[in-house]
Amino acid sequence: MRRRRHRQRDDRRGAELTFDVLIVGAGHAGASVAIHLRQAGFTGSIAILGDEPELPYERPPLSKDYLAGKKGREDFRFRSAEFWAERDIRLIAGERVTTVHPSSVHCAAGRELHFGQLVWAAGGRARRLPGAYAIRTLADVDALKASLPGATRILVVGGGWIGLEAAAVLATAGKQVVLAESQNHLLARCSAALLSDFLLAQHRGHGVDVRLACGQLDPVRFDLTVAGIGIEPNVEPLLAAGADGNDGVLVDEFGRTSLPNVWAAGDCALHRNRFGPDRPVRIESVQNAADMGACVARAIAGDPQPYAALPWFWSNQYDLKLQTVGLSHDHDEVLVRGDPAIGKFAVIYRRAGRVIALDCVNNTRDYVQGRALIERGVRLDGALLTDADRPLKSLLET
Amino acid sequence: MPITVSVTTRDGRTKDLTAIAGRSLMENLRSGGIEEILALCGGCCSCATCHVYVDDQWLTAMPPMSEDEDDLLDTSGAREANSRLSCQIPVTPELHGLAVTVAPED
Ligand SMILES: Cc1cc2nc3c(=O)[nH]c(=O)nc-3n(C[C@H](O)[C@H](O)[C@H](O)COP(=O)(O)OP(=O)(O)OC[C@H]3O[C@@H](n4cnc5c(N)ncnc54)[C@H](O)[C@@H]3O)c2cc1C
Ligand code: FES
Repeated sequence: MRRRRHRQRDDRRGAELTFDVLIVGAGHAGASVAIHLRQAGFTGSIAILGDEPELPYERPPLSKDYLAGKKGREDFRFRSAEFWAERDIRLIAGERVTTVHPSSVHCAAGRELHFGQLVWAAGGRARRLPGAYAIRTLADVDALKASLPGATRILVVGGGWIGLEAAAVLATAGKQVVLAESQNHLLARCSAALLSDFLLAQHRGHGVDVRLACGQLDPVRFDLTVAGIGIEPNVEPLLAAGADGNDGVLVDEFGRTSLPNVWAAGDCALHRNRFGPDRPVRIESVQNAADMGACVARAIAGDPQPYAALPWFWSNQYDLKLQTVGLSHDHDEVLVRGDPAIGKFAVIYRRAGRVIALDCVNNTRDYVQGRALIERGVRLDGALLTDADRPLKSLLET
Repeated sequence: MPITVSVTTRDGRTKDLTAIAGRSLMENLRSGGIEEILALCGGCCSCATCHVYVDDQWLTAMPPMSEDEDDLLDTSGAREANSRLSCQIPVTPELHGLAVTVAPED
């Protein structure tokens, strides 16, 4: 009698831990998949499982307003707890998937969850430097913020977007900041020298001691070190299960991996981007996570449409507003529109004569109007493109 | 005194929300469960996915529109004279009773 009751309870628990769609990773991509599934009228059971002990939140404020103390931790949740509950989207926080099987996943704490469809939206983890703070999760930034009051001299390692944003916030807060970049220009991975030089001057002008082509500095000379040296995609459990990929998990134009019933989206997904080079890329941006998540949701809900969203990205440093549209990979030409000396301009990237991306500084108009140039892939005269008195949109009207 | 904002979603339904002063209208709509407000850029005036129509009688109570907001709204095929980006509107007690409609998706 006792035994049977026990088994019934187990069965019930078993049923509870089966989901039609199980989403691993409670970040931008995972949240987008769940929201778009419900918007598409999907009525099956949905769970979002994530290893952070948090309701899903936005990452961009971590190196901007949250680090600066201008936003509180409740100000950048995607949605309230009630929102998820009302839509019957189950949130399972603080669990990490270690093994993926054909129709179930196994978690570090021993739990097993079964799925009809699995969406892998596990993003990436910050590369760590021993003894340094990283900026990837709320917990990372809470730890960093707790040590800031006693710190005067701060070393920021890495001149990418996150290192630059952190340096800007810390310098504005009155810290003595040294920023060490191993390459010989800032944003080495993604931007034209012109933008790097502009940002270099801005950071130096705000008192940041930027060291380029810099080897390792002695951390003892600093009260605290922050590392912004990129991420590793969280894909090991999927690759171990046999999914194709290497630096990320490979997906097709609908977000399908090579494993049956397993999809992926966001920072961890290697995909051929309609606006990118002729090889799979991983894109680390909110746009990509949100739009790819929506694409996967539509496919699961039975209305597949290939991923074709135009990439965009933004960053804030001091009073600079940087906005990027398109992907500049493999550009063969760089044009400048507007005047960097007055702090308002755009860097235009071309490949084989077509505009493929714009980096805009304090210049929302070009960011907005440049979209159509990229989407239509038109070839335009460079002299027209760089004539800042001529709105970009007027170039398409002729 | 609680600040109430009335929101009409794309299915034509209207919902009253209690808004918090000091936060943007976008943040209030989002935390109030209006899922159509994607607000992808979190209020950085970079995405236009927080586009709403403000009821005409409230237009004069709105803060002026920045050039950036104006340019960004231009990307929307659904722009109307009463279009605003809700992330650019701070909620204040004076906005008690404000009525907005979520703009169609682009
Ligand atoms: C500080 C910072 C600033 C940024 N600023 C900008 C910006 O201004 N503009 C912009 O466009 N983009 C910005 N980004 C990039 C953007 O935040 C990412 O592209 C986006 O978060 C990717 O979303 P995602 O859902 O793919 O991954 P994530 O947001 O990384 O979410 C993945 C989640 O899955 C969890 N997880 C991983 N493995 C497992 C597992 N095995 N089991 C369970 N859970 C797991 C992770 O802990 C994480 O919570 C910024 C990123 C950072 C860190
Ligand atoms: S939230 Fe992106 S423009 Fe308003």
